[in-house]
Amino acid sequence: MILDDKLGRDADAFYNALMDAHEGLDETESHALNARLVLIFANEIGDLDRLKTLLTTARQNTTS
Amino acid sequence: MAYDYAPFPYTPPPGLTQPEPRHRVVIVGAGPIGLAMAIDLAQQGIASVVLDDNNVVSVGSRAICWAKRTLEIFDRLGVGERMLAKGVTWKVGRNFHHNEQVYAFDLLPEPGHKYPAFINLQQYYVEQYLAERAQDFPDLIDLRFLNKVTDHADHGDHVTLDITTPDGNYTLEADYYLACDGAGSATRTRMDLPFKGQTFEEHFLIVDVEMETSPFGNHDTPERWFWFNPPFHNGQSALLHKQPDNIYRIDLQLGPDTDPQIEATEAKVIPRIKAIVGDTPFRLDWMSVYKFRCAKLDRFVHNRVIFVGDSAHVVSPFGARGGNGGIQDLDNLGWKLAAVLQGKAAQSLLETYNTERVHGSAENILNSSRATNFMTPKSPIEALFRDQVLDLAADHPFARKLINSGRLSQPCTLAESPLQTPGDAPVPPGTPLLDAPILDAQGPAWLLSKAQGSFTLLTAGPAYLPDIAGIARIGINQSNDYPCYRSEDGHVETRYGTVKIYLLRPDGHVCAVFDTPDPTAIIAARDRALGATL
Repeated sequence: MILDDKLGRDADAFYNALMDAHEGLDETESHALNARLVLIFANEIGDLDRLKTLLTTARQNTTS
Repeated sequence: MAYDYAPFPYTPPPGLTQPEPRHRVVIVGAGPIGLAMAIDLAQQGIASVVLDDNNVVSVGSRAICWAKRTLEIFDRLGVGERMLAKGVTWKVGRNFHHNEQVYAFDLLPEPGHKYPAFINLQQYYVEQYLAERAQDFPDLIDLRFLNKVTDHADHGDHVTLDITTPDGNYTLEADYYLACDGAGSATRTRMDLPFKGQTFEEHFLIVDVEMETSPFGNHDTPERWFWFNPPFHNGQSALLHKQPDNIYRIDLQLGPDTDPQIEATEAKVIPRIKAIVGDTPFRLDWMSVYKFRCAKLDRFVHNRVIFVGDSAHVVSPFGARGGNGGIQDLDNLGWKLAAVLQGKAAQSLLETYNTERVHGSAENILNSSRATNFMTPKSPIEALFRDQVLDLAADHPFARKLINSGRLSQPCTLAESPLQTPGDAPVPPGTPLLDAPILDAQGPAWLLSKAQGSFTLLTAGPAYLPDIAGIARIGINQSNDYPCYRSEDGHVETRYGTVKIYLLRPDGHVCAVFDTPDPTAIIAARDRALGATL
């Protein structure tokens, strides 16, 4: 599966906002923030088949 | 061969022996910005005195990447073609992660432009060519080297300057004081103006090496190569550019905890270069260790003192937005200051230099800060995200777009500025003109070289352009009693359409568009661009 670019011109602004969301958090807090983000994004997507594909895709990129 | 730094001649200024009449413009700083500023004003008949505390061009290559829009401005100033002929043309950037290419971008994929996306040219050549061009205006540009400004005072309707030379001190008066005195601006310091922004903790080593063998390997075409975690420089980033005279620029990230005094020594640098180029013989031409800053003044215009270039704003170099942003400053200021001094506009027009270029520099700082943040993660979580973006990029297009090794200099849009009359067109108000090939009586030519330097009406449609004092006219694919040219390969029609009439400012930006050649509407838009409605 190919993950096409949907962020377009906002890619840099999104990435920057994501880094800002982590600003000042320690690693445990950042880890928790990421977990919350995954759950919130999953609810936004709201499609189990799509979510399962995304989970598999992310897992395939695990390098370790 | 190393560049020959020939000193510019110093002549004792007349002010040492008797008071000089008040000058219209004094430009402080004879770097690329100050010199280009003087040329721009001279082309409009405005005389200036240029003061510099030094008498040689920039030592070291420093600013090397000159963007298409900058070259188009240099074209208007009469030095674009010389820069292009000497410079190394490039348009493709490649990003690598370890040894693998993860993303490549083409900054000018279409043909039909006089100037390329970028040239690389050492700052010392740019300054030399500008200084030589300035000498074409002996009656309008008074270049004074080894003239150091030690103090200045704004008296409301003029500025006084205290200057020291090898032969003693003198004072000057000027209507306007243009501070082109660079990132460490002494003018800014004297005025105690806050220069706010972000300092990055990483040290970067910048090295120029001369060598016969190209480190780009089998790639004949010079490109911009950027590595995240390259095999030759573990855990850091690296950037490679080619310059003229077989000189290559290598930028190496060193991390925050390095000692610049120790790093900028041959003993430390030569092994780093050998790790990249192998056993190829090379000569170390110049090196420097930097920390980068993104900062700007809140305002660039302070009554009769106006900041232009690095004195007003500095950025990290990833994106080539420093020198290029400065050239866009003077392009914006030149015609406005000339109009004010010639009585064609009120002094309030200069306030729009402030708003338009504060806007432009804020965009440059935003892009440069984001790139530097991506390249230099400041926490483990930022490093984690950065590394995962790089890993995902191998398979997924969206992640390639997130890789940020610098978003390279583009002109900003001035659509929100009150000088532009809102409107819709293929080239909308607020954007610089798009170049295209045309045919003139002598043969192939470029629209760009015909359409900048004065208010200009331009159309590739059927309309007859009205004769209005102070506004030049260009018809494409027409035969009328004003300059008309044939379009080559249909590029003008493709870029501008065949309906709209465009009004260009002297800096080549579209300031209004029309469906019909109504002289009243055109005059109103021109007057608005000169600040009539401010």
